[in-house]
Amino acid sequence: MKSVARFQDTLHRFFDSDIWYSFKKSKVTISAACVTVIMILSAFTAPWIAPHNTFDPATLDLMDAFTPPAWYEDGTSKFLLGTDDQGRDIFSTILYGSRISLFVAFAAMLLAMLLGVSLGLVSGYIGGALDAFIMRIADVQISFPAILIVLLISGVARSVLPNVRHEEMAVWVLIFAIGISNWVHFARTVRGSTMVEKNKEYVQSARVIGRRRATIMFRHILPNVMGPVLVIGTIGLAVAVLTEATISFLGVGVPPTEPSLGTLIRIGQSFLFAGEWWIVIFPGVALAILVLAVNLLGDWMRDALNPKLR
Amino acid sequence: MPALIIRRIIQSVIVMLTVAVVAFTLFRYVGDPVSQMVGQETTIAEREQLREDLGLNDPIIVQFARFALNTVQGKFGISFRLGRPVNELFAERLPATLELSLVAALFSLVVGIPMGVYTGLYPDRVLSKVFQTISLIGISLPTFLIGILLILFFGVLLSWLPTFGRGDVIQLGWWSTGLLTASGLKAIVMPAFTLGMFQLTLIMRLVRSEMMEVLRTDYIKFARARGLTNRAVNFGHALKNTLVPVITITGLQLGSIIAFAIITETVFQWPGMGLLFLQSIQFADVPVMSTYLILIAFFFVVINLIVDILYHVVDPRLRFDKSVVSSH
Repeated sequence: MKSVARFQDTLHRFFDSDIWYSFKKSKVTISAACVTVIMILSAFTAPWIAPHNTFDPATLDLMDAFTPPAWYEDGTSKFLLGTDDQGRDIFSTILYGSRISLFVAFAAMLLAMLLGVSLGLVSGYIGGALDAFIMRIADVQISFPAILIVLLISGVARSVLPNVRHEEMAVWVLIFAIGISNWVHFARTVRGSTMVEKNKEYVQSARVIGRRRATIMFRHILPNVMGPVLVIGTIGLAVAVLTEATISFLGVGVPPTEPSLGTLIRIGQSFLFAGEWWIVIFPGVALAILVLAVNLLGDWMRDALNPKLR
Repeated sequence: MPALIIRRIIQSVIVMLTVAVVAFTLFRYVGDPVSQMVGQETTIAEREQLREDLGLNDPIIVQFARFALNTVQGKFGISFRLGRPVNELFAERLPATLELSLVAALFSLVVGIPMGVYTGLYPDRVLSKVFQTISLIGISLPTFLIGILLILFFGVLLSWLPTFGRGDVIQLGWWSTGLLTASGLKAIVMPAFTLGMFQLTLIMRLVRSEMMEVLRTDYIKFARARGLTNRAVNFGHALKNTLVPVITITGLQLGSIIAFAIITETVFQWPGMGLLFLQSIQFADVPVMSTYLILIAFFFVVINLIVDILYHVVDPRLRFDKSVVSSH
């Protein structure tokens, strides 16, 4: 019962807070949040809500190939947004595709966050030569565009892994590459706030009563530096979705057997000249809406959590 | 000033060395160079001989020194995929990428700065809201999608502009240019717009926020109090002071424009370095990959250096010797 009461208390505090208030005031943010939630939910539940299972070759019929969207004369209501060259339903491929896109983006962001936050904490708390070393690496890495680093890592993975393996490993390689290329922002921010926090009294008293260094860093300081991390994580999620789409579009990301949104656009691009625009435009629109919504959410979060703007 | 330049050059050399180590590691350890070069019936003794001839049995430091020396002289090895010297391949494609990047950068400046100034001066006008919306879309739409949409409208539906390639090029010595022929000019419109769109939104947002910041300062109020015309205040005083960060960002973005050209070149089949790099990744063509890495790093370092120096030329505050400033 006690935990229920505490939960209600937390809930009450949340609905009473400035953050909830600024959320309620902004119509754009509410719609962005709705769109994001709907897209994440529909991606998550794709196997149940998608009208066709695009991974099962038995359900595909080549006779259905290149069916235009339902509102065209020769379209059918069976395929709402038309079909591609293999007779796959575009609407279903978008659902499955955004599932893969979002999975890669979330996993990559988690990796970047884990790496960046730990390195930033250690760097800011311990300081000295270790700090200088980590930050120099960060400086060099940030001067290169993330997309180049991701391309390079997947290029190396391609030459190291045998051909058969790299198709099934592609998703993991991509997560690793995008994660590695995005840790710097987290590390820099966390390092900055850690250097401020470590001189505060609660840290000093924790040190005085003899708590271990790791405990102080991860139990005491970490919760106090997480605010900006969430903002960077949200904006980073949009960036990760875009990066994944771009790499897959370039043909070195997720293989066509399990297409993400970027792979779908890559496949569809070749049918543009024949006038079959729906194969490429709908996945593109889905991607753009997803990124726009997450970006707007991130923008709002940055303003709401920034005490300077209040 | 000279001290700063020397310090910057030392930093640049360190960065280049780091990149060279990465490129060397790629070159040496990703894929066995010997098995890439020989056929199936080569005996083990011949392989050993080749290994010895290539110097692959030397100490690693010696190998790295040789690699660095070759790189400085422009000997980048031979492409696994195309069987041609890598520097020849890059020399062929460098003009295409540089032309595209420069035109894109110029476009983003020429359009982005006025848009930023306008939205900064009149944030509440309808046109400003339109510009703001465009910039939000520009940031959220991936580069390749903008390219595809352009191809669909202007290439396929209206067939006004060519959808791939550079058009006719003219050879000026080793430099091939498409900017002097009508078809070349037509061909560069869509790729340059695609590539410049993201930079444009970046520059517009930057100029806007800087402009709004500057307009709040005392010296602008004072200039108005002196009765200067709006034009003199807005452009003579305000805009001039927003340009310092714009120069920095533009300079730094020039490097990433060259890198982002990979995407644009793929969409429009533009025969530049980026397309070459992408193909080398798909075929695990290590010499081309490591050369591209070194080349891009070199561009970045040089551009950073120029931006730093330019910064000091433009901003007189930085030109004062630090000791003079602190003695006040």
